[in-house]
Amino acid sequence: MENITPQLYTLLVFMVIGSIVAIETRNLLSAVISVSAVGFALSVAFLFLGAPDIAITQLVVEILVLIILIRGTILLDNTAVELHRDTLAVIVSLIFFGLILGFGAMIFGSRGFPEFGEPLMNVSRVYVMRGLPETHAANIVTSVILDYRAYDTLGEATVLFGSILGALAILRKDGKVAKKEEVVPA
Amino acid sequence: MTVYFLCVVLLTMGLYCLVAKKNIVKKVIGIVIMEYAVNLYLIIVGYKTGGVAPIVEPGMGETALERFVDPLPQALVLTSIVIGLGVLALMVSMCIRLYEKHGTFDMSHISKLRG
Repeated sequence: MENITPQLYTLLVFMVIGSIVAIETRNLLSAVISVSAVGFALSVAFLFLGAPDIAITQLVVEILVLIILIRGTILLDNTAVELHRDTLAVIVSLIFFGLILGFGAMIFGSRGFPEFGEPLMNVSRVYVMRGLPETHAANIVTSVILDYRAYDTLGEATVLFGSILGALAILRKDGKVAKKEEVVPA
Repeated sequence: MTVYFLCVVLLTMGLYCLVAKKNIVKKVIGIVIMEYAVNLYLIIVGYKTGGVAPIVEPGMGETALERFVDPLPQALVLTSIVIGLGVLALMVSMCIRLYEKHGTFDMSHISKLRG
């Protein structure tokens, strides 16, 4: 196969620039649309990296994120963000920027960490070799999420259910007690 | 290795947005950017040079299976993306409630009130 590194660098630089625009722009609608552009670039990057399932999921989720953010927040208030800088927060985040980059250099440069393009396949080799005969799924990713690690998928469904339940409980207009009080004065 | 660093830069920019910005919609956007960075990093760690998507086609031999990229991070990131959507819905609903109560998205106005 061809070398994908130039395309990957282009997409990553695009994502970094899009994130800078999303963080620094003062219009909330521009910020939301920029972060969606970052998500779509991420979807294309997944396609280049040999992960079509993830790319499709990311595309669908990205559209939903755009809809939720615009419907939930921008429609309420799209005034320009007030400009006041918190010097302490900026300094703290710069310190963290340096710390994370330094630790990243230590870890990525150390021996034993897999180089880009040479993954550790200790566990996955078994899945790849036995996936089709054992689970009869041609897509190995499907055989992992629905067979070998099905409990993970159950946990995912539980977390998703819990978060949507929480969102509904927060967004509920009025509770049962309030409704009774409305009835009494009439 | 530079690819890893770009992912870390993306993560740190999300962290900066989460810590330093006052608008809560901007904070949500920071969390979303951090999610993207971590997902992309995990997929990049599992990439094999010249690799193909882990889908078995008829007539593939043992040597073709050796060219698959790592399917395990892909399966876990699939879970992580969907959970990210649920968490985003929860955060946005909190933002809506805060806006209804205080009439602004600005943290410095909201935190002046006690209760």
